[in-house]
Amino acid sequence: MASDTLTSSARTDAEITGLDALEIAGRDKEVSRGARIWAATWPKLAALAIAVGIWQAVVWTGWKDPWALPGPGPVFADLADYFLSQALWDGLATTARRAVIGFAAAVAVGLLLGLGVSRSKVLRAAIGSMITALQTMPSIAWFPLAILLFELSEQAIFFVVVLGAAPSIANGVIHGVDYVPPLLQRAGRNLGARGLNLYRYVIAPAALPAIVAGLKQGWAFAWRSLMAGELLVVIAARTSIGAQLTYARDFSDAERLMAIMIVILVVGLLVDTAFGAADKAIRRRWGVLDQAGQ
Amino acid sequence: MTSTTTTPQSATTAVALSGVTKVYGRGANAVLALDGVSLNVAPGEFVCLVGASGCGKSTLLNLVAGLDRVSGGQITLAGDANPGLMFQEPALFPWLTVDANVEVPLKLRRLPRAQRRERVAELLRTVHLADFGRKRPHELSGGMRQRVALARTLALDTPVLLMDEPFGALDAMTRDILHDELERIWSERKLSVLFVTHNVREAARLADRIILLSSRPGRIIYSTEVNIPRPRRIDSPEVAAIAAEVTERLRTEVGRHGQ
Repeated sequence: MASDTLTSSARTDAEITGLDALEIAGRDKEVSRGARIWAATWPKLAALAIAVGIWQAVVWTGWKDPWALPGPGPVFADLADYFLSQALWDGLATTARRAVIGFAAAVAVGLLLGLGVSRSKVLRAAIGSMITALQTMPSIAWFPLAILLFELSEQAIFFVVVLGAAPSIANGVIHGVDYVPPLLQRAGRNLGARGLNLYRYVIAPAALPAIVAGLKQGWAFAWRSLMAGELLVVIAARTSIGAQLTYARDFSDAERLMAIMIVILVVGLLVDTAFGAADKAIRRRWGVLDQAGQ
Repeated sequence: MTSTTTTPQSATTAVALSGVTKVYGRGANAVLALDGVSLNVAPGEFVCLVGASGCGKSTLLNLVAGLDRVSGGQITLAGDANPGLMFQEPALFPWLTVDANVEVPLKLRRLPRAQRRERVAELLRTVHLADFGRKRPHELSGGMRQRVALARTLALDTPVLLMDEPFGALDAMTRDILHDELERIWSERKLSVLFVTHNVREAARLADRIILLSSRPGRIIYSTEVNIPRPRRIDSPEVAAIAAEVTERLRTEVGRHGQ
C-alpha cells in the first residue's frame, strides 16, 4: 500500500510537470531590441517627413509672405542657432523649474483630492462631478482671475497649472480606486491586509495603471497651462520659453517664433513619452499588453 | 435568531456553525440567503458543500472567512484561526511575481526576510512550481495559477481551508491532477477543508462528508459520509455510486423549484 502510494505520487509529479511544460510552451517570444525600436521609430519619422513636406509645399504656393510663414529651411537653420544660444537654455531652465514645481503641486493636490473622493461618500457627492466639470474649463480662462489674485507673478502661473492638471490626476486616482477588482480586495483581506495595509498591498498597486494615465493627462494640461501662463504673465527678469515666444511675435521674428514652437512641442512630447513608457512597462508587467497582441 | 454559548473544543471541532442565518437587504426586498445552517467540521476533516444555484454556498464561505457578517447564529473557529479562502479565479496580484504573491501573507505577518524566502521556496515546492517563482501570473496556465493561489493560501499557516469552487474553471485533466494534489496536501498538513462545489463527482472524489444545501433559502437537507478508502479515483465505481445518490437528491431539490 505504501509503495503503491509512492508510485502514484511519483506519477502525479510527472503528470504535473508534463502538463505545465505543454501549457507553457510557445509563450515566450523574443524579438530583437533593434528590430523593436526600428518598428516603433520609422512610422514616426515618416509622419514627420510628410508634415515637413506639406509645410514646404504650402510655403512654395506663396500663400503667405516669407516674413509671416517661413519655410522649413530657414526655421531649422534658426533652430540650430537657437540651440547654440544661451537664450534657449536659460529659458528652458526657467520653464522647466516652473513645470516641475507646478506639476508637483498639481500631483499632490490631485492625489489628495482623488483619495478623499474615492474614500468618502460625502466628498464624492459634493465634488465628484465638479472635478470633471473643472477639467472642461479652458485653463486660459482662469488667467484673468489669477492675475487679479496674484498679479503678474509666478504664483499666478502655478495657480492655473494646478487648477488645470489636478482634476485629471484626481480623476485618475478615483477611477483607479473605483475599479480595483473586488475579488482582489477580498483575497487581500483574507490574506491579512486590512486598513492601511489593504491600500498598500492591493488598492494602490491595482490602481497604478489608472493613476499613471491620470498623471499623463495631467501633464498635458499642466504644460498647456504653463505655456498659456508664460505668454500672458511675462516677467521681464526671467525670459522663459513662453516669454521668448511673445517677444518673437513682438519683433516679427517668424523664424525664431516657429523654432520656439518646435522646442515647446518637443519638450511636451519628450515628457509624454516618458509617461507613455512607464504606462507600457506597467502593462507589460501585468500581462495586459500580451492580450492586445503587441 | 439563535445564539449558542458553547465553544467547541479544538480537539473535536475546527469550524462550528450553529443556526447561521444570513439576510441580504431590508424590508420588502430582504432575501433570506441562509436559514439556520448548523454544521461542524472536525479537525482534519474534508467537507464538501453541494447545492444548486442560489443555495448560498459562497455566502457561507464568506461568513466563515469573516468577510461578511452573520444575521443570526454563530460561527466559531478553533483557536480563533484565520481561515484561508480560495476562489474559482486564482485572484493573484498581477503586478507581483509568483514568489512575491506567495510572500504577501508572510510579509503581512512580519516574518523576517530570510525566513520568508525559505517559506516561499518550500510552499512552491509543495505545489510543484519551484521553477516558476520569477514568472508573472499571466505567464502561467490556469491550473498553475490556481496552484500558486493554493501556495499563497497555505502561507497563512492556517489549519482551515475554505474553497469556493476552486477548480470550476479548469479542464477535466488538470482538475483530476489537482484533486490528487489537494488530497496529498490536505493529508500531509492535516487541514480541515470546507469545499464548495456544484460538481457532485468532485465532491464524492474528495470529501469525507458531503452536505447538500437547498436553494433559496440555503438549508442543510442531506448529509452523507463518504467511506471510500483513499487515494480515490474520480472514475472509480464507488465514487460514481455516491455521486449518483447525491445527484438524485439534488435533482429532487431542483425539481421542487419548478413547481
